[in-house]
Amino acid sequence: MDDVPRNIVQAESEAVIMSDVKIQVDKVYKIFGNRPADALAELKAGARKAEVLQKTGCIVGLRDIDFSIRRGETFVIMGLSGSGKSTLIRHFNRLIEPTAGRILVDGRNIMDMNAKELLALRRHGISMVFQRFGLLPHQTVLENTICGPILQGVSRRDAVALGMEQLELVGLKGFENRFPSQLSGGMQQRVGLARALATQAEVLLMDEAFSALDPLIKSDMQDQLKDIQARLKKTIIFITHDLDEALHLGDRIAILKDGELRQVGTGEEILFRPADDYVERFVRKVDLSRAMYAYEAFEKVPVLTEAEATVERSAALLCQHQGVIVSNGVAPRLLSRGVSAEALPTASVEAGVAIGQCFPLLAAADAILVTESGKPTGILTREMAFKALARSARADRMS
Amino acid sequence: MADNFPDLIDTHGLRSAIDDGFSWVVTNYGDTFERLLMPLLKLLSAMEAFLQWLPWYVTIVTVAVLTYSAARSLRATGAAVVMLVLIGVLGLWDDAMATIALMLAATVVAVALGIPLGIAMARSDWLRSLTLPLLDIMQTLPIFVYLIPFVMLFGPGKIPAILATVFFAIPPVIRLTDLGIRQVDDEVVEAIVAFGATPRQKLFKVQIPLALPTIMAGINQTTMMALSMVVIASMIGAGGLGYQVLQGIQRLEVSRGLIAGIAIVFLAVIFDRIAQSYGRRAQKHRAGGE
Repeated sequence: MDDVPRNIVQAESEAVIMSDVKIQVDKVYKIFGNRPADALAELKAGARKAEVLQKTGCIVGLRDIDFSIRRGETFVIMGLSGSGKSTLIRHFNRLIEPTAGRILVDGRNIMDMNAKELLALRRHGISMVFQRFGLLPHQTVLENTICGPILQGVSRRDAVALGMEQLELVGLKGFENRFPSQLSGGMQQRVGLARALATQAEVLLMDEAFSALDPLIKSDMQDQLKDIQARLKKTIIFITHDLDEALHLGDRIAILKDGELRQVGTGEEILFRPADDYVERFVRKVDLSRAMYAYEAFEKVPVLTEAEATVERSAALLCQHQGVIVSNGVAPRLLSRGVSAEALPTASVEAGVAIGQCFPLLAAADAILVTESGKPTGILTREMAFKALARSARADRMS
Repeated sequence: MADNFPDLIDTHGLRSAIDDGFSWVVTNYGDTFERLLMPLLKLLSAMEAFLQWLPWYVTIVTVAVLTYSAARSLRATGAAVVMLVLIGVLGLWDDAMATIALMLAATVVAVALGIPLGIAMARSDWLRSLTLPLLDIMQTLPIFVYLIPFVMLFGPGKIPAILATVFFAIPPVIRLTDLGIRQVDDEVVEAIVAFGATPRQKLFKVQIPLALPTIMAGINQTTMMALSMVVIASMIGAGGLGYQVLQGIQRLEVSRGLIAGIAIVFLAVIFDRIAQSYGRRAQKHRAGGE
């Protein structure tokens, strides 16, 4: 039953630009255990995870994962621990191999690559940033940064020039001769980022890259990543368990639960059109939506009495405003731009309620009324709510 | 009185089968083994001759430089010099050099075999599960038990002595190489693989450098065990300080045994100091890097 809405949303997202697919994940299964073939057969026959474990002793890591990532987008894979997200990201450079299915990078199935081609892919095509940094403790910051170019066979002099450039980009100029242990966590992860950028690979895998950092450093790093991405236009695959981070960074977000893909979509789609109960519960937990109120997001619109709401006057006002409220003092109605010529009865909330509490109403309607001291004064649309959340995500990081 | 354990089988047959089998190996392959191991004997003899030829003051200066470069402590260096001089004064210089030669040769062989074996074990769980019990047996089997077959194969002399020493001293370096490599942070290894390192690059750029402190601890233990075994090996013709101890026992000369024993302790202290300090330097390198 979960499958239906998920597929619809996914189809909508992917129909846009099929030609510009950078990575395609095609029906990937990953099974851990000694009898993967049996487990796979069970799964395809429709068995559930627990049944497969009971019958074959195998653990299902990923089940029928199918989506694609576009060139130049930041694609966030989100899920709680154990959801299979770290397993999934390791499939993109074949650190983990799928039990079934294909991973296509630039149209090429990486499972068909021989050892040499795989090395070339890892050296030139895809680089990675790790949760606990994965820096070589016995090498300096610069040595760590240039490890990719050195493995590519770039001359040491060029590699050093490249490495210094990346270190400057991440703001670590002057630290190149320190050892990783002499740096703070945030700085170490900057080294991790510089190391990944130094290979000049087009795809950047980030495995919970900022999860080990404290909140302030984390938001700095997120902003820095956005800046870098704006300049370099990499294809970034970012793993996180933090929805705020996903909404802030992701052009599109995939939600993973127990090795199954629940929804793929933009932040707005995930927030306002959750594909199933799980995603909805997840979305409800966005702290921002609890901490933000309708008055921070809504827009004031003209309020007319029934008598004032002539067709001409309403039309004139709608040119400048998103809507017009028609109120006779008892049951306010909303006339929205481009919806209908008639003012319609619309649900309303007090300006003081949390945005999160507006979600159920916004799920049913594109826009709702906002009242101040009981009097309707403005409207709140899905877009406004989403923008406010995004704005607030930024503001949090500035303070 | 408890009942005696019943004689279920006649162990006589079993024992004679083992003995006969081994004798057959000795008569048929003894010469082959001996020829195969000639280079080892040559290495040992050359080292012994070199150390005994080297003027004593050169040896002392060399040891002093080694100690200082490892420990960076004048006290430790002074102590090493005094102990070496005392060995000379006690008239045991040549015996001490023979012991050092045997110990060094055995250590070199043990390390040269043990590190690759440890690396192989770290890579293969299957090999590890096979090797670990074997190492346990090697370490718990009474030393004399495997002195017998070595002597039968090669006759008393330096080859069985060095082989028995290697056999006895090799487990720590194998174990700790395996352990050291397995303990390297998975994410660091994964990172270098993700950036396109070949298995060889992974081994030499990450695993061995990061396992080095542990491997050094293994080498240190192997050195110490080789030194202790050298004494016992003198019973099968290894010569050196151990032979003096053996003579002390045979002739009931307390002084001879005691003095040679003290010389062995001195050597142990000197080599332990050097090896440990090198190990600690490797550790410091890691502490500075983590």
